[in-house]
Amino acid sequence: MKTELCRREFLKRSGALIVSFSASSMAEPFVTAQGPFDTHPSHIDPDKLDSWLAIASDGSVTAYTGKCDLGQGMWTVQTQLVAEELCVAFDRVRLIQCDTSVTPDQGTTSGSQSTPTNFNARNLAQAAATAREALLGIAAQRLGVPLEQLTVEDGMVSAKTGSQVSYGELIGGKHFELAVSAAAKRRFPSEWKVLGKPVPSTDRVALMTGMFEFVHNVHIPGMVHGRVVRPPEAGATVASVDENSVRHVPGMIKVVVRNSFVGVVAEKQWQAAQAARDLKVNWNPGPGLPAQEDFYDNLRKQPSRDVMLVDSKDVEEKMTSAAQVLKATYSHPYQAHGSIGSSCAVADVQADHATVWSATQSVYPTQHGLAMLTGLPLDSVRVIFVRGSGCYGLNAADTVSYDAALLSQAVHKPVRVQLTRRDEFISENYGSACVIEQKVGIDTSGAIMAWDCVTWSVSFGGRPGYEKPGNVITGMLAGFDPETIAPRAAVEPAGELRNGNNAVPSYVVGCISGKCGGAGLIRSERVLTHAVKSPFFTGPLRSPLRLQNTFAHECFMDEISAYVKADPVAYRLQHLSETRIIDVVKAAAQAANWVARPSPQRGNAHTGTITGRGIACVAYEGDNGYAALIAEVEVDDGTGRVHARRFIVAHDCGPISNPDGLRNQIEGGVLQGMSRALGEEVTWDDRKVTSIDWRSYNTLALGYALPVIETVLIDRPTAKATGAGETAITLAAAAIGNAIFDATGARVRQVPFTPKRVKAALSGVLKNA
Amino acid sequence: MASLSLKINGRVHTVDADPGTPLLYVLSDDLQLRGPKFGCGLGQCGACSVIIEGRAVRSCVMPVSAVNQREITTLEGIGTPEQPHAIQQAFIEEGASQCGFCLSGVILTAKALLDANPKATDEQIREAMSNVLCRCFTHTRMMRAIKRYQTRRA
Repeated sequence: MKTELCRREFLKRSGALIVSFSASSMAEPFVTAQGPFDTHPSHIDPDKLDSWLAIASDGSVTAYTGKCDLGQGMWTVQTQLVAEELCVAFDRVRLIQCDTSVTPDQGTTSGSQSTPTNFNARNLAQAAATAREALLGIAAQRLGVPLEQLTVEDGMVSAKTGSQVSYGELIGGKHFELAVSAAAKRRFPSEWKVLGKPVPSTDRVALMTGMFEFVHNVHIPGMVHGRVVRPPEAGATVASVDENSVRHVPGMIKVVVRNSFVGVVAEKQWQAAQAARDLKVNWNPGPGLPAQEDFYDNLRKQPSRDVMLVDSKDVEEKMTSAAQVLKATYSHPYQAHGSIGSSCAVADVQADHATVWSATQSVYPTQHGLAMLTGLPLDSVRVIFVRGSGCYGLNAADTVSYDAALLSQAVHKPVRVQLTRRDEFISENYGSACVIEQKVGIDTSGAIMAWDCVTWSVSFGGRPGYEKPGNVITGMLAGFDPETIAPRAAVEPAGELRNGNNAVPSYVVGCISGKCGGAGLIRSERVLTHAVKSPFFTGPLRSPLRLQNTFAHECFMDEISAYVKADPVAYRLQHLSETRIIDVVKAAAQAANWVARPSPQRGNAHTGTITGRGIACVAYEGDNGYAALIAEVEVDDGTGRVHARRFIVAHDCGPISNPDGLRNQIEGGVLQGMSRALGEEVTWDDRKVTSIDWRSYNTLALGYALPVIETVLIDRPTAKATGAGETAITLAAAAIGNAIFDATGARVRQVPFTPKRVKAALSGVLKNA
Repeated sequence: MASLSLKINGRVHTVDADPGTPLLYVLSDDLQLRGPKFGCGLGQCGACSVIIEGRAVRSCVMPVSAVNQREITTLEGIGTPEQPHAIQQAFIEEGASQCGFCLSGVILTAKALLDANPKATDEQIREAMSNVLCRCFTHTRMMRAIKRYQTRRA
């Protein structure tokens, strides 16, 4: 009940707050209105309409979502969704995102799942549709006219007789007291007035004028500053800490040590930074790191946890009878999320309750982790999402939230923790390194008759979820165990095809016990995955494993089509069955004026700048979005430098919620994918990570000579809505790699395509010429 | 600690700070300005940029004592939500943001260049932006917004 009261209280106050509301000013009313957090947050029942929506007497709408805006535009599109389904103007809707006290638990904002979760016939969309139908029902009674004679515009219900009543008059300030109805009808895309339109992003003006509140800007009365002192090398543990070494630092409040977690707290940020720099810690050395040079070879020799995703049981036999067998091995490095802002969080941990302002993607799971770290009851921990800089997955936002809580608990004051750039680069959970071995059998006509794929990825830690705070560095340093790989042999595939990591290439049928979930036609298929323990923390990085696997599949498909001298577009289409992936391939080829011919391009001189084109396509996670990408690149064969000149993307995510936001995601995805393909790689020596700043970890700056990006959006109003933030990025490395091959005849099978690697591949071609 | 007088966005502020404190901490902690942000603390990314006497400066590596009495402008100092500066308006029109954390570096670096050199060539603009980072890779829209501002101010 308290939760409901709190929500009502919030609603009353919300009218006075402006769009870029202050998290800190929001927090106070809660604490005073609600007192200690004695209400279990799961009392926010997702089956109840009131958990999602409330309408004030002035007709303004407050909606509550567990999917938050990380910079990918979810604030804007979810506001559009609620406005559309409720038939109110966009600016009448205020969206409250991810706060364990007021929003439903929707887990983690990740994996391109926000749109599928909230825009199909469930959750937020269904709640808003339920509310509209309920309001019309009440209006029909109130006005004494049949339902079908009512129309509604911007929250004003009108009868043909001319009588009118507003939402505010119908329900304002009262609960609906209804269940979310599965039968409530969603508005048809053909009726849309707000959804489907290029509504400008909600945060835009505040961002451009420096008014937007990031978690870095949260200020709590009495707040002091913390910094952490991370182990100097992987796996190092604390032997001793000399607190006297920082006594000279003015404003020093405390040195905090908990197992191997070390941090300092001071009155001011600069003082905390100096204390963190000067604190003398004796560390027990870590176990050392495997050599980076032969990491990929070593990877394949480690004990592993294996999963057989598909196995038609005839792959060996088909390979024996094939006219030709082709093989290739691809590798992909660890990459960093490398958020532009080093992570930050503010925690206020008191004896009986805690509030944490966090840029986590997972407020509820983080609440659980914080309860475990602080020993406080779950119900007395509140996590409020405040946006950080773009995270692209599990950056250091979770771990810094733990840092802030541990330090705050030690000093009984609100503490803000700002990680340094090095902290960020060594604290985060990297995107996984992978090795992918491909093998196909080709028949006498040149068609693929069998595909055999074996993948190795690395794993250690990951998202903490609800019970594994040790999955990120702070939790582990404080004494919680990370998840690690328990080796296990593969078992027979069963149930439905699970292709969430795109380990299964698009070109196979994907059959398990006669039920086929693949996008292709190749019947003889086997995909085996190995997960191996990583020496570094790993976690999801935008298009996790999907990007690495797709790089290998799409480059290999290109190698095969080159081998049989087929056009790469036609050859793909020849092996695909799923209409939606076929359509994006065709749409991209058409937009690029693709001329059918095999790769590599004939007659290219091997001197100077050589141009080429390459295509790649994906059914993201098997069925969560479809895209094809064509890259046109220049390769300087003197330097090995690759420069993309033009990208053409065709994209299908079902009904398009906001074409402008979608284009923004696609354009950013393609360029981020290009940056990852051309230069990004975590590096290390025998003891520690050496890519610790923007000199040692590559990223393409604003001044980079940009390629032209053309997007073709395929709108499918009657299809289910899919994710759209990770589809295009998945294809960049493959399309660029294929374009390099088309230009030069040189195949680079290892990301990133550094000038050195490209030159080495080129010299191989020249040697064989 | 020393008492310092800072001219920020047209107003004079007196703050007590260690003279070696990076200007950024004074702006974001003591004065609670939201424009300049901690990106790297190393002067490598641009997120902390401010304009000092016409030049884009990285406030994370600038000791506050070095800017005593000098005119400092932050992202919120060049325009407001109601009356954005022309370059902010260009960014709004182009929708040139995703997370938006990098915008102080992008907008103020471009503004400082184009105010000093309104006829900067594309090459010169790219050169000026070669140490400014955006990890959402909103590059295309941002560079378009910069060109839009250049055209408009001409």
